[in-house]
Amino acid sequence: MALRVLFTFFLSIAAIVSAQAQTVDRPLVIGMGLEPPHLDPTAGAAAAIDEILYANVLEGLTRITEDGSVAPALATDWDISDDGLTVVFHLREGVTFHDGAPFDAEVAKFALDRARAEGAENAQPQLFTAIDTVEATDPTTLTLTLKEPDGDLVYSLGWGDAVMVHPDSAEANKQTPIGTGPFRFERWRRGDRVVLVRNDDYWGEPAKLPRVEFAFITDPAVALASLLAGDVQAYPSFPAPESLPVLEADQRFTVAIGTTEGETIMAINAARPPFDDVRVRRALSNAIDRNALVEGAMYGTATPIGSHFPPHAKAYVDLTDVYPYDPDKARALLEEAGVSDLKTTLTLPPTQYARRSGEIIAAQLRAVGIEAELIPVEWAEWLSRVFRGKDYDLTIVAHTEPNDINIYARPDYYFHVENARLDEIIASLAVEADPDKRTPLLEEAQRLITEDAVNVFLFQLPKNGVWDKRLHGLWTNSPIQANDVTGVYWTE
Amino acid sequence: MNALRRLLQLAATLFAASLLIFLAMQVLPGDPAEVLLGMNADPVAIAALRTEMGLDRPLPVQFASWLGGVLTGDFGLSATYDVPVTDLMLERAVVTVPLAIMGVALSLGIALPVGLIAAIRRGKGADRAAMGLALFGLSVPNMWLGLMLIYVFAVVLGLAPAGGFPGWDSGVGRAFGALIMPAIALAVPQAAILTRIVRTSVVEAMDEDYVTLARAKGRRLGPAVLYHALPNAWAPILTIVGLQFGFLVSGAVVIETVFSLPGLGRLLFQAVNQRDLMVVAGVVLVLVATVVIVNALCDGLAAWINPRQRTAATA
Repeated sequence: MALRVLFTFFLSIAAIVSAQAQTVDRPLVIGMGLEPPHLDPTAGAAAAIDEILYANVLEGLTRITEDGSVAPALATDWDISDDGLTVVFHLREGVTFHDGAPFDAEVAKFALDRARAEGAENAQPQLFTAIDTVEATDPTTLTLTLKEPDGDLVYSLGWGDAVMVHPDSAEANKQTPIGTGPFRFERWRRGDRVVLVRNDDYWGEPAKLPRVEFAFITDPAVALASLLAGDVQAYPSFPAPESLPVLEADQRFTVAIGTTEGETIMAINAARPPFDDVRVRRALSNAIDRNALVEGAMYGTATPIGSHFPPHAKAYVDLTDVYPYDPDKARALLEEAGVSDLKTTLTLPPTQYARRSGEIIAAQLRAVGIEAELIPVEWAEWLSRVFRGKDYDLTIVAHTEPNDINIYARPDYYFHVENARLDEIIASLAVEADPDKRTPLLEEAQRLITEDAVNVFLFQLPKNGVWDKRLHGLWTNSPIQANDVTGVYWTE
Repeated sequence: MNALRRLLQLAATLFAASLLIFLAMQVLPGDPAEVLLGMNADPVAIAALRTEMGLDRPLPVQFASWLGGVLTGDFGLSATYDVPVTDLMLERAVVTVPLAIMGVALSLGIALPVGLIAAIRRGKGADRAAMGLALFGLSVPNMWLGLMLIYVFAVVLGLAPAGGFPGWDSGVGRAFGALIMPAIALAVPQAAILTRIVRTSVVEAMDEDYVTLARAKGRRLGPAVLYHALPNAWAPILTIVGLQFGFLVSGAVVIETVFSLPGLGRLLFQAVNQRDLMVVAGVVLVLVATVVIVNALCDGLAAWINPRQRTAATA
């Protein structure tokens, strides 16, 4: 008996020791479908850049958290003047970059001025348009004066495009990013992976993972194999939704279907007849069965939308029933508009959701007498011909930026329907910071663009996360393009 | 004289290929500055970036300056990665070159013995089995074969990684291990074609009078094939190997994607998507040069093996 107790005792000691050893030692390999072109989030639009570096290596004055709210980061707090024209950020003390350079207000001023300079290589210049001057009042105080109040400023400065970089290392960040985050960049083997290691001198709570690797695996079938074989332990966005049931049934994995800020739309070129006629645009909306689309193209993982707004947001209005699936109504509307035998084109960028949705939509349009020719294009061609050249009839794309309903007020945008009231609302939203006043404005904006049937609103792009069951702390939702691994840890 | 003509041909081919690439990339819609900065970018910033990338210059100027650089060994700067193209290609060549060599070696290693046996045992069971296998190898897309190999050896048996490349600095054994499955997937369809070529060439040679004579003089079948038929069958086999090398290189684009290998094929694929002209032009130039040189070597080897061609060439 005594022997057995002793034996059990030693066994449990061994278990505890090995469990501790595992939590400390086990690195994490995260799979990603696309490789970033470079590693500077302040100089590129590719989501893959932020998905590796945001919050992990590079930090901003503020940061976006998992629930989409703003939290302090390198600024501990901030004061906004009553007229909304002055914002004072109080900076964290004792923060150093990974190369040892100290962070202070001068550095912050440099980073913001660099990002907002005329013709700067920044992919989101609209974040900084309200800023007039940036002053380093003292080493821990940064004063921003604005041209006009900006209700989103504190949020905007939490984007990856506004992270803090040091004047001495900023230019080299494309190859060797140096930030203030809990992980430091170790190496990038192009075409294969980026490796981050824990920063032991981090100013805040240190990261729990000793090492994180982001491996680039393009083929969906190989992604599944790499997960099953254990080479990769987490896919924040799993590229093969058809395999999710298999993984859900597998005891080894957690499958977490979350939300993103990606409104997937079929954009309509209203500058081209007959799409300038609202009846034709409404007919398109009535002709499309969103539920069939969600099932067929997205394997049931997406949520249908009725306007350009994410269903998980506070100000969301469910407008999916404004244009229910009704082929007869669609045909009647087309007839009323005097349109018959409509031949059109549907341009599809290379993303899976667009290609799969396109085929289903073409079939649904054919049922109401619209012949849509599918034109598959590469991303570069889509950007140049469809987005900038506005040379298209219909196209499918997901708008992944958060808070982007304001694109409906841009007169030279690739889709546009003139609406004076909407322009007014967007203008007041830009300067309104009070959430209670913003909500009704946002609700009205959603209703207006649905009423105008500016685009056909398809579904909110899901984030299909799959990872090892012993892994905790990965984000389920994606309020911003990021794979924040600062709080991730292993159990067992 | 012959060598000089070959060299001039090579130079002309390379010049034509790079000119074609420059023109094709010009015709393709889209440019790297737009791809890099995306949908919200300021048009001023895109224009500035285009200037920085040197894309605002007229095409002939771009081509001439690139050509001048290449002659001095400088392949220019990648628009997306912002690093010298030469470095990018060297980084990737350490994966693709061993992969291609392994592919050729495997293909020859399978095709020669199997084809020879099939030829010797013509019409018998072994021949039929070999030809059946060849038909299978020919019909299987190498991408599917790659996925099956990954499934069996990585997922079910857990013997090999499901793709990726650990790098040569992690040890030669591990690096080679990562290349074995891709090499097999790459080699099998080529081996299938080559097996049939080996069989046909040897069979044809075996029907020649000199083999019949050797047999009549009492040589056994094996040595007769090895010393009399095979040397005469080499020329067509080598020509096909040379041609196959081109397919091997294009197959590498697919196989490197399937196995997540950081090779030249994948670099090329990414560069086309990002409209990275310098990288596309550089990689294509290197690939074309390799294919042309390997073909020339194969032709030379075939000629050297055949004494008649050897004398014809020097005459």
